[in-house]
Amino acid sequence: MAIRFEKVNFSYGAGTTLAQSILHDVTLEMPTGQVTAIVGQTGSGKSTLIQHINGLLKPTSGRVTIDNFELTHHTKEKELVKLRKSVGIAFQFPENQLFANTVLEDVMYAPVNFGATKSEAKLAAEHALTRTGVVRELWGKSPFELSGGQMRRVAMAGTLSSDPSVVVMDEPAAGLDPKGQGELLQLVLELKKLGKTIVIISHQMDHVIAVADHVVVMHEGRVVAQESPQILFNRDITWFKTMKLDLPKAGQLAEKLRDEGITLSRRPLTLNELADLINTEVSHE
Amino acid sequence: MNNIMIGRFVPGNSWIHRLDPRTKMIVTFVYIIVMLWASNWQTYAWTAAFVVAMVKLTDQPFKLYWDGLKPIFWLILFTVILQLLFTPGTPILFSVGPFQVTVPGILNAIYVMVRFVLIILMSTILTLTTPPTSIANALESLLSPLKKIGVPVAELALMLAIALRFVPLLMDEMQKIMNAQKSRGMSFSTGGPIKRAKAIIPLLIPLFIGALQRALDLANAMEVRGFKDAVQRTKYRILSYQKIDKVAFAALIGFVIIFFVIKTWLHG
Repeated sequence: MAIRFEKVNFSYGAGTTLAQSILHDVTLEMPTGQVTAIVGQTGSGKSTLIQHINGLLKPTSGRVTIDNFELTHHTKEKELVKLRKSVGIAFQFPENQLFANTVLEDVMYAPVNFGATKSEAKLAAEHALTRTGVVRELWGKSPFELSGGQMRRVAMAGTLSSDPSVVVMDEPAAGLDPKGQGELLQLVLELKKLGKTIVIISHQMDHVIAVADHVVVMHEGRVVAQESPQILFNRDITWFKTMKLDLPKAGQLAEKLRDEGITLSRRPLTLNELADLINTEVSHE
Repeated sequence: MNNIMIGRFVPGNSWIHRLDPRTKMIVTFVYIIVMLWASNWQTYAWTAAFVVAMVKLTDQPFKLYWDGLKPIFWLILFTVILQLLFTPGTPILFSVGPFQVTVPGILNAIYVMVRFVLIILMSTILTLTTPPTSIANALESLLSPLKKIGVPVAELALMLAIALRFVPLLMDEMQKIMNAQKSRGMSFSTGGPIKRAKAIIPLLIPLFIGALQRALDLANAMEVRGFKDAVQRTKYRILSYQKIDKVAFAALIGFVIIFFVIKTWLHG
């Protein structure tokens, strides 16, 4: 499902003296079946942006189209259930949403809410738990007995169990150990293979490079770039400094090499690419 | 969630903002006690005039006060209706079944409403212009005589300060959990009362667990920094009365005297 923002403005408490403007004139597109990464410093409006994808927030002006659903200021609360069935959002630290007696019941919550029967929901939950790598022995346990990493997987399964065609994740890897982070990125790629449209917020540029086809850069509530990672990460270094964005590790190393007088023909995105560039371009003296 | 006004502090530099928090607490307290003696429209007019003057002095948009009044609208309406229907007296205007609407009933209803509104306005002035920690400090200072009879005033004030500090955090947390469960299809607006009550469980359980976790974290953080109860502690901010507080107390005394003068001369 294609997601399109057209001239979206959003402010909290619109029309009052305390109005706080968060998004300014946001126009962007998140292509179907691809992974779109949203990056930008804290407070740039990323989280506000994604809450428009399933109607938790409605634009103060402008509109968001998600496939053929149109979200504007006037969209009624009742209509949003339809939208939320097809858009799953996993917020930051999603383990804070766990509440049920058992892992399985918690993961069944979404499908039941969206009208599935108990047995359908159970099937969907088992499917989702398997996909996120929660072993069967844990399904009957209380979610509060699990470790942090396991809770995260259960919560992710809780978002995937309603089989949404759009999956949005707000810093899904935050607070996980390196192994957990790797598995999470793997999950994103698997979901993409299933044809899902994926939106992911991340501060780690190496994660962005590992999964994203398309990157949206936010700065002070505005979209300042939307392009492929290859184009984005070859922008001028001063641009990254003004946007307060990091380069991926390989890019940072290449910058250090340049400071030492070793200039490469382009900025590498991965460590392998960096190694190849050094091998072919730097003469051995 | 963002429109809950009870206990919200809005920073500013008005006259009222600059008063010592103890002054504000005493004025609020005395004012509320005194206004309970109001008995005719002249005394109500005088108490109302005092509040309006105070509201003006806080230099905040009136909308903030209106937001403070909204949550208790139904409570006010309920009491007003009770007063209307159950005040005996003459002349009787008309009857609704076994109930009689009388002229004293209507007057009483108006008075009760005015009383409610004034009390809320006055306490909103206090919370709107005073940071929660200052309220806790003021309370500690005002209650300190009770230390002599063994009341752990400092600990109570600390508990109050922590509780007040947690209110916005928990509100924030609540909003986040609500967003997460709404994304998973939770709906408050459908189904009967039992279904609606059940819909709250997925909010409350994560909220309580989060609150307990935060409390434990805070307790640990305090302990590793050497916190002990029942020790004499110094304060970072020392409360002291200024000239402006003397003016405020003078105004309060003036208010009380004029109130009782109006009341005795025009007693009705």
